[in-house]
Amino acid sequence: MCLAVPAQVIEKTGDDAVVDLQGNRLRISTALTPEVGIGDWVLVHAGFSITHLSEADARETWDYLRQALGDALTEAGGEPAGPEPAVLPPNRPQDESGR
Amino acid sequence: MSARMSARVPELCEELRGLCQRVGRRMQFMEVCGTHTVSIFRSGVRSMLPPNLRLVSGPGCPVCVTAQRHIDAAIELATRPEVTIATYGDMIRVPGRRGSLERLRAGGADVRVVNSTKTALQLARDNPARQVVFLGVGFETTAPATAIAVLEAARDGLENFSVLMCHKLVIPAMLALLSSGDVPLDGFLCPGHVSVIIGARAYQPIVAQHRRPCVIAGFEPEQILRGLINLVRQVAEGRAEVENVYAAVVSEQGNATALGLFERVFVPEDTAWRAIGVIPQSGQGLAPPYRRFDAVERFGLTLGEDEDHPACRCGEVIQGKTEPADCALFGTACTPLHPVGPCMVSSEGTCAAWYKYHRR
Repeated sequence: MCLAVPAQVIEKTGDDAVVDLQGNRLRISTALTPEVGIGDWVLVHAGFSITHLSEADARETWDYLRQALGDALTEAGGEPAGPEPAVLPPNRPQDESGR
Repeated sequence: MSARMSARVPELCEELRGLCQRVGRRMQFMEVCGTHTVSIFRSGVRSMLPPNLRLVSGPGCPVCVTAQRHIDAAIELATRPEVTIATYGDMIRVPGRRGSLERLRAGGADVRVVNSTKTALQLARDNPARQVVFLGVGFETTAPATAIAVLEAARDGLENFSVLMCHKLVIPAMLALLSSGDVPLDGFLCPGHVSVIIGARAYQPIVAQHRRPCVIAGFEPEQILRGLINLVRQVAEGRAEVENVYAAVVSEQGNATALGLFERVFVPEDTAWRAIGVIPQSGQGLAPPYRRFDAVERFGLTLGEDEDHPACRCGEVIQGKTEPADCALFGTACTPLHPVGPCMVSSEGTCAAWYKYHRR
């Protein structure tokens, strides 16, 4: 439940942002990371970004989260860890995650 | 990239083995975080550990540490016709004295699974005639979202929103475990994402008061092995320090915005943990200006005593005193499909991880 997942900010108005999480678009709040802007990578937990991180670290983190947690990570997607209040349709197929 | 990192794992295992041989004696470390527990099993790290190094799971699964009295309070609220319960997913399956939230929902109670406090607030906005109660469970990673929701409810005058405050603080629990002396521990593998919020410096009291090494690590095998190597090296060298092998995301100071929200919206208070009982100043209550959003106050609830299942040993499991396989219910009366205790409910509960990856 304390798992956060990396995502990239693609839209931002005030504290409201849309992030790309491996091809899924999620609405989150950036209230806890006021310094982030469009294009930045963040760790997302329960609908909030909790820290800013480099693209390289974000991609590595995603790789090893998937490697280490696999289906547990997918389960986390339905919980606070992986916010899925995704009301916007994905903009590309899920497996084209830029890896 | 994964392949390159995985290739480091055998080297790191070798380094860990060498250090463990150097120390010689048995060592026991606690991984505090439920996500670490799952990763240690799933990645196979557990099976690669040197024979004199033992890992025990700690009180790091939010669902598992929530006291029965809070579960029962949530269930009582759900039976009220005017109440909508909004909660993160795992909580709905935890059995209480009068069944689970899931069972109540099947009987018509209004229980909604949400992924964010924003969704819970929206439920309150959209349904002004209903009282929306959010179950505020989780550690410091999750609590900032609750603080923001309370601030927004106050700003917008959303008087039909409240929170059942069950948020826990990880450091007081670690200190209490050490003070009890029931479980011999040589150090802690500290949680990655809780530490994003509280910062590496938050572990200083553990080092200062109990002289136990604390190493913060991420969740993949290489990170976990590096964390263990640093722990064993500290033991070998007779040091007890806070070290951070997850510096890519964990800073010394933590998330200043989140910590500022805790100061503003919450006050530390004594709170009950499952089977452990009350740990002083280990919970987050609402500060006086926001207390009207506390569900216990709003609905005049009395948090009674806990009535845990007599045979369930979750309370010992979350303190590292017992392994799941030592529980008579494990894998027989208590399974992920029919959980008796919360450690079997949550995907990151120790019993669920054992059931999935380590069943004898």
